[in-house]
Amino acid sequence: MALSKNVCVLFKRCFQNKLSFKYLSTHSQPPIFPGAKAEWTQKLEFTGTHSYSPLPIYQVLDQQGQIIDASEDPKLNSNILEKMYKDMTLLNVLDKILYESQRQGRISFYMTNYGEEAAHIGSAAALTTNDVVYGQYREVGVLLWRGFTLPELMNQCYGNAEDKGKGRQMPVHYGSKNLNFVTISSPLTTQMPQAAGAAYALKGKNRVVICYFGEGAASEGDAHAALNFAATLDCPVIFFCRNNGYAISTPANEQYRGDGIGGRGPGYGINTLRVDGNDPLAVYNATRKAKEYAITESKPVLIEAMTYRVGHHSTSDDSSAYRSKEEVDHWSTNQNPVNRFRMYLQNNNLWNDELEKKWLAEARKNVISAFEEAEKRPKPNWSEMFKDVYETMPDYLVKQMESMQKHVEQYKEHYPVKNYSK
Amino acid sequence: MALSKLNLKCFNINASTKESVCAQVFKRNFFNYVPSKKQIVNGPTIRMNMFQAINNALDIALKSDDTAMVFGEDVAFGGVFRCTMDLQKKYGKSRIFNTPLCEQGIVGFGIGVANMGSTAIAEIQFADYIFPAFDQLVNEAAKCRYRSGNQFNCGKLTVRAPCGAVGHGALYHSQSPEGYFAHTPGLKVVVPRGPIHAKGLLLSCIREPDPCIVLEPKVLYRAAVDEVPEGDYSIPIGKAEVVVEGDAVTLIGWGTQVHVLTEVAQLAKTKFNVNCEVIDLVSILPWDRDTVCKSVKKTKRVLISHEAPLTAGFGAELASTIQEECFLHLEAPISRVTGFDTPFPHIFEPFYLPDKWRCLQAIRNLLDY
Ligand SMILES: Cc1ncc(C[n+]2csc(CCOP(=O)(O)OP(=O)(O)O)c2C)c(N)n1
Repeated sequence: MALSKNVCVLFKRCFQNKLSFKYLSTHSQPPIFPGAKAEWTQKLEFTGTHSYSPLPIYQVLDQQGQIIDASEDPKLNSNILEKMYKDMTLLNVLDKILYESQRQGRISFYMTNYGEEAAHIGSAAALTTNDVVYGQYREVGVLLWRGFTLPELMNQCYGNAEDKGKGRQMPVHYGSKNLNFVTISSPLTTQMPQAAGAAYALKGKNRVVICYFGEGAASEGDAHAALNFAATLDCPVIFFCRNNGYAISTPANEQYRGDGIGGRGPGYGINTLRVDGNDPLAVYNATRKAKEYAITESKPVLIEAMTYRVGHHSTSDDSSAYRSKEEVDHWSTNQNPVNRFRMYLQNNNLWNDELEKKWLAEARKNVISAFEEAEKRPKPNWSEMFKDVYETMPDYLVKQMESMQKHVEQYKEHYPVKNYSK
Repeated sequence: MALSKLNLKCFNINASTKESVCAQVFKRNFFNYVPSKKQIVNGPTIRMNMFQAINNALDIALKSDDTAMVFGEDVAFGGVFRCTMDLQKKYGKSRIFNTPLCEQGIVGFGIGVANMGSTAIAEIQFADYIFPAFDQLVNEAAKCRYRSGNQFNCGKLTVRAPCGAVGHGALYHSQSPEGYFAHTPGLKVVVPRGPIHAKGLLLSCIREPDPCIVLEPKVLYRAAVDEVPEGDYSIPIGKAEVVVEGDAVTLIGWGTQVHVLTEVAQLAKTKFNVNCEVIDLVSILPWDRDTVCKSVKKTKRVLISHEAPLTAGFGAELASTIQEECFLHLEAPISRVTGFDTPFPHIFEPFYLPDKWRCLQAIRNLLDY
């Protein structure tokens, strides 16, 4: 408004004084800088966090498991809802047993998923196995949803002869070609530009790529690269941020000063959604909408799922060193996503105490038996250490392998050969 | 290159001063290009310089593989070194495209493309700017197959980057980073010495089932002209080439330095009356131990020469392996003539490079030992 008034005044002055017309006329035209499409202003004013309100958090379920707005009900069938709940709770059982087994020194490392169950399962349920997943490390629920079996999980954590990864990576670095879940690696955020590239390659094939990452990982340069590449190259990729408030000990307010991760999306020209990450139906709706948009428009979407990391960062971390027990308790009880979803199912007569008891016993039994089986299995033959560096083993590596073979033969008593396959 | 032209326009100096500044400092040729004599394949040839040969290889790769795409900074209009000229016109914007200016993004993006089974040919504008992508290359591309137990790979990724001295490139338009990548199991690294190799090696790398880096000595883009086979051919990765046969000293180099060493061999012939054997290593990772050691066992003396700094340069790896494999054959300590352990300087380039005179002196020392 103010702007158009100014323009009128300018025009009038120009006509009155023909001499200055030429000079002033440039101000009457909209700016044509190649770098941005914008209007002129004569008000000197910073744009800052005061200029816009933070992105709202999309919710479907309230804390008591009631649908707030009936028109947002995804109306999932009872089988799907039951599987969602079962996978969320299976994730808990799995985490408890593997966490404790690490404490007992039976596996070398573990990372739990407590508090983020709804983010995994809600997003996974909105996609198909044909869609490609790039993850960080705290997304096991996605694998469970897709059908990664308990033995497969355990084999990886033990690095035994059945592990598809051949025991080369640390525990929780899962991967599955069949399930289109690209193998996890430790360097944070490297998967993000890769996900953009994968999505570019899949353009027009009715498939979407989803890429998970934490709010800490979003500070890496690769996150910037990925968002900008995906936007400029029109990649059908969903960037799914798990904003759980902490990156190891670093709270989110030492990670960034803007409006979370979602607030960055529009800066890259990316359509963005912020959801309640503890509400599986909200996450489901958001992801489904994102997939639809990404495929039809061939463009990226950013989803920021707000949640809380209830467990320690990993088995190498004691989170009581940097946050209070009260804070954690609040999130693990009052705001627990599993409880909330259970209330929803109970409200709809889809679940009850008896089913709960039966299922938990079954889940526990299945996890423990897979665990024990995996523990008994030998490690792969140690010569696997030399393979897959390249597609075919180069001569010099064959020589290194052969020389190690001779050495181990002579010094076998000094190596744990009996634990490794022949 | 554009920079030096501009400088001369700005300085209002007379022609003769201009000539002498140019000749003595910027345009002082540190090598004389020696066209490749070996016939790689039968069939018709075309005279091409190195950027044309690279362009030709890309054209062939794009034609023979629908999934192949070329991307990087400024590749759409033809590239700052003209290597991607006219490709967008021919293959469309979805296959030849500019990326945002971000090297870690370029390589990460390329890995993702390759993960899905498409062919990714990425360009890093100068090898000096490959370091922002070091993490993606070393931690990701190189280890993708291994860490997944061969479930996933990015073998269809090729990264091209102009490298090496150019006369006036100073710190960030002259580097030779092959040594950093040679220390990375999972990558393959090659350096062509001219148009024939640039085309054959690039085609090999694009089709190799492992991620490859092609370091292209940028001073050769225009300066090197060969009769390049017209058709689709490849030069094997991991194979060295004996460029000049001899029996007195083995001279080992790669890229532009092969031409320096070829000239040094001639100088050694006229000045010391000896025949040096010149080996183009061609491939840094994996490298050809057999060809090198066979030559050393014959000549018993070795000079290794590269533009990159001495300490922990790839020459150190060669020297150590030769020492181990040819200990009883050596009649003099292995000599390394390389760039110094300094950043690559602007105005001191003529004193920095391992030029023919420094190499010749090293040969003298080897013969006199
Ligand atoms: C490049 C890199 N830097 C540091 C680390 C060590 N590290 C592992 S996890 C982590 C915190 C990640 O936090 P966030 O992304 O918020 O995910 P969360 O653990 O909360 O799920 C750090 C610093 C790493 N793995 N990679």
